Amino acid sequence: MRLQIEDVCFSYGSHQVLDGVSADLADGGFVGLIGPNGCGKSTLLRLIARVLRPQGGRVLLDGRDLASFTGRERARAVALVEQQSATRLDLTARQVVELGRIPYRGRWPSRAGEGAEALAAAAAFANVEHLLHRAWHSLSGGERQRVQLARALAQEPEVLLLDEPTNHLDPGHQIDFLQRVSKLGITSVAALHDLELALGFCDKVIVLDGGRIAVRGAPSEVITASLMDNLYGVDADVIDHPRLPRRHLVWSGVSEGRQR
Amino acid sequence: MAALIALLAVLLVSLAVTLGIGSVSVPADVVLQVVGRRMWLGDFPVTPLQDQIIWDLRLPRVLAAAAVGAGLAVCGAVLQSLTRNDLAEPYLLGISGGATVGAVAVIALGVGMGTLGGTVALTFGAFVGALGSLALVLLLAVGRAGTLPPTRVVLAGVAIGQICSAFTSLMVIMNGDQQAARRVLAWTLGSFAGVRWESTGFLIAAALLGLVVALFFARDLDAMSFGEATATSLGISVAGVRWALMVVTALLTACLVSVVGAIGFVGLIVPHIVRFVSGPVHARLLPLSLVTGAILMVWSDTAARSLAPGQEIPVGVVTAIIGSPFFVWLLRRARSDA
Repeated sequence: MRLQIEDVCFSYGSHQVLDGVSADLADGGFVGLIGPNGCGKSTLLRLIARVLRPQGGRVLLDGRDLASFTGRERARAVALVEQQSATRLDLTARQVVELGRIPYRGRWPSRAGEGAEALAAAAAFANVEHLLHRAWHSLSGGERQRVQLARALAQEPEVLLLDEPTNHLDPGHQIDFLQRVSKLGITSVAALHDLELALGFCDKVIVLDGGRIAVRGAPSEVITASLMDNLYGVDADVIDHPRLPRRHLVWSGVSEGRQR
Repeated sequence: MAALIALLAVLLVSLAVTLGIGSVSVPADVVLQVVGRRMWLGDFPVTPLQDQIIWDLRLPRVLAAAAVGAGLAVCGAVLQSLTRNDLAEPYLLGISGGATVGAVAVIALGVGMGTLGGTVALTFGAFVGALGSLALVLLLAVGRAGTLPPTRVVLAGVAIGQICSAFTSLMVIMNGDQQAARRVLAWTLGSFAGVRWESTGFLIAAALLGLVVALFFARDLDAMSFGEATATSLGISVAGVRWALMVVTALLTACLVSVVGAIGFVGLIVPHIVRFVSGPVHARLLPLSLVTGAILMVWSDTAARSLAPGQEIPVGVVTAIIGSPFFVWLLRRARSDA
């Protein structure tokens, strides 16, 4: 599904976070949103998920303004995985994954087995089948994030939004999680801090800075030594992987004259 | 489903047993005969006195207790999910206190008692008070970025509850009417004494209606278990659900309080016990809380009217004795989580 962002603006009080952001994301790609802290990555994701409403501009799905979707329609098209999710309730992993079927279920408890196929597929894709009987609170951070991914996939979305999904995961879980997302085949947009991961998994990256899109394109073209210097004030080099056709980032320190 | 049927069976047995308990003890078989005769199930030989004690005096009271316990438990379950707070319930959040103030204000103004208009005015007064105190509590407790820290909500609730009880006392003293004063006193701790059939029907209807509305929002409450953003992304209109359920719980609390006064802790304990058994999914939690609340309140009221011979202990005292240790345990747990 084609996701278009048209001249979106948003401010918290007098603090302008997004100042006219536009992007046209075609079907099926994995897009990384990168940029320094406070550049508006999370805000942009929340605007697409309509957790927040744009104060200017609009977001379109296949040419239709997201504002005209009902809550149910939207939840069947767009799913969100947050940075870290917490509940005080003693849910099982299966119950968490089943939350993803809410946009398809009626108000009153109906026939059992609704969405069984979608649930099974989501659990298999996120590799959480063996966790379903476990209590949410007993899961590790990586397992929780995979359960939330399964929940989001159970919504059978056309667009998947991920807000710094790997922040609290160890390297093994980070790579495993993004590898799964990159194989999904639906439009996925992830806010990422780790540019190394963006280089490894994204089809395209969008760099946000000062509420605007600074640059966009293929990761290996966008993530360069000069970007690292301009955006983060970091002195870095981009080198080739010794064995694979992939580029990597190595930093040597904070840039000269940019000591913070 | 099996759990629900088992609990309903426990409730029925509890009703039959507690109906026999009181200043005049009536054997269970006679209780069943009285009820059976009244329901045209057979012409059992019961004395007019037995009929009067069971059918006219005890049954409306026991059923009222069941309905109030049921309603408070549903309110507690809904409020705990809505505020994401283990300690939420109508009494601790000051909603019951607000309802009491509203109802007492109506009495103090001398709106005709015993008439239909009087009952409506009383319930309306209680509703305005309940909603007002709930709004105040949330306003006082809301932190930065719109969060509702659990202990702060309870502190605000207790503060508003205290203010409400001060105003209640003030109105009673200023009013000077002895009869009104006695009614009000019974209210502040809750009492099922003197509940008649008309009120019982009203309470049962209110509790069941409350359950139906809460069940209508069951999946929305489920969706809110991971917070506002996830719920919104699941297609739930969080603000709308929150408002609707706040108003409904305030209205239900007001209906209950306007008849039997403010009774604490049942709404707090019951949902926790039920979650322990059934898990937190609301389609199961809400009906099971309803029945468990009914059972707990039926037994609390039985203790209230029979523990001290010839005297009534306010039922709120009984529920507080059962509930406050539980409250302390929850408070300690909440702190270690935070």
